[in-house]
Amino acid sequence: MPLLPPDVLLKKQVASVQEYSILAGRAIADIFSRPLYWDDIFTQMDSIGVGSLPIIILSGFFTGCVLALQSVTALKEFGAVSMTGSLVSLSMVKELGPVLTGLMVSGRNAAGMASEIGSMKVTEQIDAMRALGTDPIRKLVTPRLIATVFMLFFLTIIADAVGIAGGALVSVSMLGLTASSYLHSSYASLVHGDIVQGLTKPLFSGFIIATVGCFFGMRTTGGTQGVGRATTQAVVVSSVFIIVVDFIVTRAMIGIFGS
Amino acid sequence: MAPPGGPAPVVQFEDVSIAFDGKSILHDISFSVERGQTLVLLGPAGCGKSVLLKLANGLLKPDSGTIRVFGEDIARLRRRDLYKLRTRIGMVFQESALFDSLTVEENVAYRLHEEHVPGAETHARVVEALKFVELEAAIDKFPSELSGGMRRRVSIARAIVSNPDLILYDSPTGGLDPITSATIIELVMKQRDVSHTTSLVVTHRLQDAFTLATHRFDPATGGMKPLPSDGPDHGIDQGTKFLLLNEGKIAFQGTTEELVHSSDPWIKRYLE
Repeated sequence: MPLLPPDVLLKKQVASVQEYSILAGRAIADIFSRPLYWDDIFTQMDSIGVGSLPIIILSGFFTGCVLALQSVTALKEFGAVSMTGSLVSLSMVKELGPVLTGLMVSGRNAAGMASEIGSMKVTEQIDAMRALGTDPIRKLVTPRLIATVFMLFFLTIIADAVGIAGGALVSVSMLGLTASSYLHSSYASLVHGDIVQGLTKPLFSGFIIATVGCFFGMRTTGGTQGVGRATTQAVVVSSVFIIVVDFIVTRAMIGIFGS
Repeated sequence: MAPPGGPAPVVQFEDVSIAFDGKSILHDISFSVERGQTLVLLGPAGCGKSVLLKLANGLLKPDSGTIRVFGEDIARLRRRDLYKLRTRIGMVFQESALFDSLTVEENVAYRLHEEHVPGAETHARVVEALKFVELEAAIDKFPSELSGGMRRRVSIARAIVSNPDLILYDSPTGGLDPITSATIIELVMKQRDVSHTTSLVVTHRLQDAFTLATHRFDPATGGMKPLPSDGPDHGIDQGTKFLLLNEGKIAFQGTTEELVHSSDPWIKRYLE
């Protein structure tokens, strides 16, 4: 691949940001006008939400388990092993639940969207759709956007719950805590702001996963190799965006609710 | 512009130019297609024929110039109006571009589903379109189960199912064997002579182009037959015109007779 001069490279990056913004803006605008492809929305909800359930449950559960195991070493130093529930629940609800769920769904679905739409693009199916009078953003992007934002919200709640349950299992079976003490500590430490923070993040992550996945799919060129490239880029970019936006949302939430 | 008092052309290009990455693909292209006319776009590979077809359907926007389809300047249409306009246009893609996760029936019915046509009527129209391309037996198959020629025929069925006012054929015989190519050209001719649909046909096969210009579909035999040379049209379909592109510019536009009698050395060499 030839090395591009810096100005050309910069122009390309700016053009990409512009294209992404237009795609995301249109996808949002199409939510508020007819027709809405409800069949596609429910199909995507099933694929993204129900399809991601096993990995979300497994990753959430074992994250809770390992969090309890790791934290007990430090808490022992201060004689605060009974605070394990508090640490696990706060970590899961505020940070690990939303971010891990976002990253897992990104790996699974941003890749899926980029490859599916990318394959359609390189075989002219997107052009065929446009030629048949169907707007591909309305038909392909908007349903994925609605489905991802909606389902990621609930997947995050499930990840939080199973993570806390995983922490409970380890605390009771390996650390000698009672279930009621762990659960009381978990429940008591969570305040309104923590829940709001934890459930705001998946809304942003869902938006990032769907728009980035579809964006790289829609701009795929170069045959099957191009589809592979688009898939990789979609996962990398959406994962980085999720972590960056997580930081921004966390800072904003601290500003609103305090630490 | 439309001639005073006459109907507006179905497709009209005025000084249209387009470039990709600074490389000019089409330069100052002007032509028009009248209602019921078939315009055959000829030219060497890479001369911009498919780009021209995508411009006519609004899939690409020109850098300069005006494109009017059914009298509408498609570069200035709002997104929603452009999609509405496209429902009057059928397009057959070079590689068929069938939706690979849908069956033949679902592919052909795609536009009818979008228009919320009732199920029974949709099925009847799909069967009718598949009968037209003699492929009704493949109704439940997926595109991956079909040969290249069959896929092209399904693509034609998908383009004609909604009775469009304009059909754009992008190399409908590209990559097909001579027998299958003849079948596809026969279908293009059948649509031209039975429905009198205005069409733009991109091809790089001279044989296909001249078959279209010198034959007509015979409903009695269900096949094509040469136009009589002693007839009023001297064996040439007067509704079929030619546009020859070379390096993004128009090298020729006119009738079959004008093309074959052209004294331009490049055209002569191209036709040999």
